[in-house]
Amino acid sequence: MMVNSEIKTGNENSAGLTRADYRGRPSTLCQGCGHNSISSQIVAACYELGLVPEKIAKFSGIGCSSKSPTYFLSRSFGFNGLHGRMPSVALGGLFADITVKGLGVSGDGDTASIGMGQFKHLARRNMPMVYIVENNGVYGLTKGQFSATAEEGLLLKRQGINTYLPVDICMEALVTNASFVARGFAGDPKQLKNLLKAALSHDGLAILDIISPCVTFHNKENSYHSYLWGKEHEIQLHDIEFVQARDEITIEDFEPGSSKEVSLHDGTVVLMKKLDKDYDPTNRYEALRILEEAERENTLITGLLFVDPNAKTLFDRYCLPDEPLNRLEPSKLRPSADALNKLNQSLFMK
Amino acid sequence: MAKNNPTKEVEIIKNNKIINDFCITFSTVNGSGSATANTTLMRTFFKMGIPVSGKNIFPSNIQGLPTWYTLRLSKHGYLARVQEDDIVIAMNPSTINKEIDYIVPGGALFYPDDIKIANTRGDIVYYPIPIRKIIKESEVTPSLKDYISNMVYVGILAQMLGIPLVIIQEALSFHFKNKEKPVNLNMDVIGKSAEWAKENLTKSDPYFVEPMQGNDDWIMSDGNTAGALGSIFGGVQFTAWYPITPASSLAESLHEYIPELRTDPVTGKETSVIVQAEDELAAIGMAIGAGWGGLRSMTSTSGPGLSLMTEFIGLAYYAEIPVVIWNVQRVGPSTGLPTRTAQGDITFVKFMGHGDTDNIMLFPGSVNECFEFGWKAFDIAERLQTPVVVMSDLDLGMNEWMTPKFNYPDQPIDRGKILWEEDLQKMLDKYQNEFGRYKDLDGDGIPYRTLVGNMHPKAAYFTRGTGHDEYASYTEDPEIWEESLSRIKRKFENGKQYLPKPMIKSNDSKSGIICVGSAAFPVEEAIDMLSKDHLYFDYMRIKSIPFHQEVIDFLHIHDRIYIVELNRDGQLAQLLTLAAPVESIKFRNVTKVDGLPLTAKWIANEIRKDEEK
Repeated sequence: MMVNSEIKTGNENSAGLTRADYRGRPSTLCQGCGHNSISSQIVAACYELGLVPEKIAKFSGIGCSSKSPTYFLSRSFGFNGLHGRMPSVALGGLFADITVKGLGVSGDGDTASIGMGQFKHLARRNMPMVYIVENNGVYGLTKGQFSATAEEGLLLKRQGINTYLPVDICMEALVTNASFVARGFAGDPKQLKNLLKAALSHDGLAILDIISPCVTFHNKENSYHSYLWGKEHEIQLHDIEFVQARDEITIEDFEPGSSKEVSLHDGTVVLMKKLDKDYDPTNRYEALRILEEAERENTLITGLLFVDPNAKTLFDRYCLPDEPLNRLEPSKLRPSADALNKLNQSLFMK
Repeated sequence: MAKNNPTKEVEIIKNNKIINDFCITFSTVNGSGSATANTTLMRTFFKMGIPVSGKNIFPSNIQGLPTWYTLRLSKHGYLARVQEDDIVIAMNPSTINKEIDYIVPGGALFYPDDIKIANTRGDIVYYPIPIRKIIKESEVTPSLKDYISNMVYVGILAQMLGIPLVIIQEALSFHFKNKEKPVNLNMDVIGKSAEWAKENLTKSDPYFVEPMQGNDDWIMSDGNTAGALGSIFGGVQFTAWYPITPASSLAESLHEYIPELRTDPVTGKETSVIVQAEDELAAIGMAIGAGWGGLRSMTSTSGPGLSLMTEFIGLAYYAEIPVVIWNVQRVGPSTGLPTRTAQGDITFVKFMGHGDTDNIMLFPGSVNECFEFGWKAFDIAERLQTPVVVMSDLDLGMNEWMTPKFNYPDQPIDRGKILWEEDLQKMLDKYQNEFGRYKDLDGDGIPYRTLVGNMHPKAAYFTRGTGHDEYASYTEDPEIWEESLSRIKRKFENGKQYLPKPMIKSNDSKSGIICVGSAAFPVEEAIDMLSKDHLYFDYMRIKSIPFHQEVIDFLHIHDRIYIVELNRDGQLAQLLTLAAPVESIKFRNVTKVDGLPLTAKWIANEIRKDEEK
């Protein structure tokens, strides 16, 4: 089923496109897989933001999560690379045209095991792109082994009990100076869509750790990677609302003093309505504290944990031309014959 | 002191001067700052018109271990290493007794007079030098004393060999970028040392230098700098790298020259990006990402790094992504000898990657060719949409060489088959409104590619290392898999036309000698040596793999073929055997890997032994 063969519904967004223009191919993941609901919310977020699919590039590594970029945005370029190495491919690829928005999809195996190094170095560089971790605590494509985010003491059919401690992706992101760190839950589509929109509007690396239950190998009631556990233990930091730059900002739903707003680089505003916690998402130390607290209290904290909208990005560290690098004419790439003559002279020519 | 000089026992035979044809080895301690002195002497000889080559034999260490630097002066123009030393400057007490053994009969030893040595050889000349005393008498600040003490031997040699001080000054001015203060400081020590030698040493050895006509329009550079500059003139737009000996200075040269050579004069913006990656896995990933995005993209590494990059290179081979990889070879396997040279990655690179793979290799045979292949590699990689590995080595890459000046590229930049919006629309109009990323429309095995940022709604495709059809869609279909791999093979077969052809010199001999890369220097000298024994050979230097038909023809028309290479197993011979199995009974492997560049004498001896059989 190709996107372009679909009949447009007439519900055009600000880019003049319909929801169908953002779809991908039919998913080949399991029925009920959390990753499928994430794909749907990516489609919804991009459509509602009016992003042009040609101005998005998708990147992924290896694993169930990394297969999903074919299931959304068929009109976007995509690159399904190697296990744990989505970050490096995305970094190189996005330098080709810095007006294109990067959308990386990885999994917990892809990011927290083999890809830990590249994940952390991408954060350290503040590469401007969205980095989604579809986190289910298990290796699906190899049919059910523990990943590095699986909790200690979990039982799997063949491997037995997990004796190692888990990696917390948000915590790792925070200590590596990531400029946007959020946690979502695939079973909470409304919040997820708003987190995705905020991530897509952030100028910098936006890390989105999404708990995404594996219905086939790891949907155990005692694990936070399951639907049931997630539904029962999820605590939202705030009721997140996303207001685009071009919209008139209204905060009528929010009582004064009970909301926190963060302006992103492009002028969009993320509004966070205070729930039971008084939380400041611009304070990295607070973010670490609340994650630590959630672990002790056995809860799943979701929401925007940390954002620094003005952090210097990787692209800010270069003096790049306005024209995309991959469109530069050969004449701009090869120095002149005169430059070579001077160079030869400078090399102690006799 | 000179009065007690044991040189009195040695007679120079008058009229038997050796001019511009000898070898000087400087033995120092790593980190003692001898590089400036040694390079200055090399530049001086070069400016005098004397063909000269320098080889730095150094340990994997920052400070303290022995280091040797050898300068060969050759009026005949030979730049290869030689095994014996005519003159040794022995600054390292811990190795001096060994070095004495390497000096040819009639040779000379210069050494600090505070080193006690056993004068075991009566057939060499001993020149003790009071380095401490000379330094003490010069006006050098204490912190610079160790560093500048190397200039003492520069001054002594100037006097003893007949080097004009004014040319040394020119070389120093170049080194210190015309800064007067350090030049004067060094020249002061050099002048005083020369003066001391004049008054205190009796010339008792046969070695002299004289200015000669030569080296005009030649420059001095190392292969890594040349590779970087060639890449810049090839339009490199993206480099990701990770430090590794002996490749680091290639990327560092990019860092050094890109701001100057690739800043848009109008906008002030830089058209080439460099990222120092977290490791080689990321370096190649970034380079391949950029190559995919349509940037002329590269990385540089050596054996261990290349091992790490292998999985990604397999992906780029199958997903058909252009990228240039500089492999500055060192001795493997494993960490091996990180600071020693080899040609040991030939079979590895050929088949790098699991499954059926095939990689393009270019073998620069000189510093000048490092520049040439620097720009050519991008044209080949983009034309054929595949990784291209430039196979340099430590000897070529890290040593300073004299080399013909760099020539401006004689071909325009070839970006290969790229479709932007209008190109794509034209293609859709022509081919039933269909674009297939991996469709072989021209019958040459090379498909068309669109690049990220192309706004045409039909431009996008999904790149993957998994099985894919002509439209880049996932498939496990057996026939499609077979066809796509066959097409890539056809692409390589047809792609040979874009690769540099071998250099062949015929002597109408039935015997041939083959080599690649920097082995050419000793091989060409060995051929001249053998011709003096009336042993004549045809010669072929292969510049690229897969092999051109000319390579196979060369094998075919010769009865006996010597394949000279710096590895244990004869890797070039292995690949030639695969390419032309019936010819392989003629092959004679002349191989050696001890970490040092080959010498002509060794090669000639090996071949002579075989010819005499």
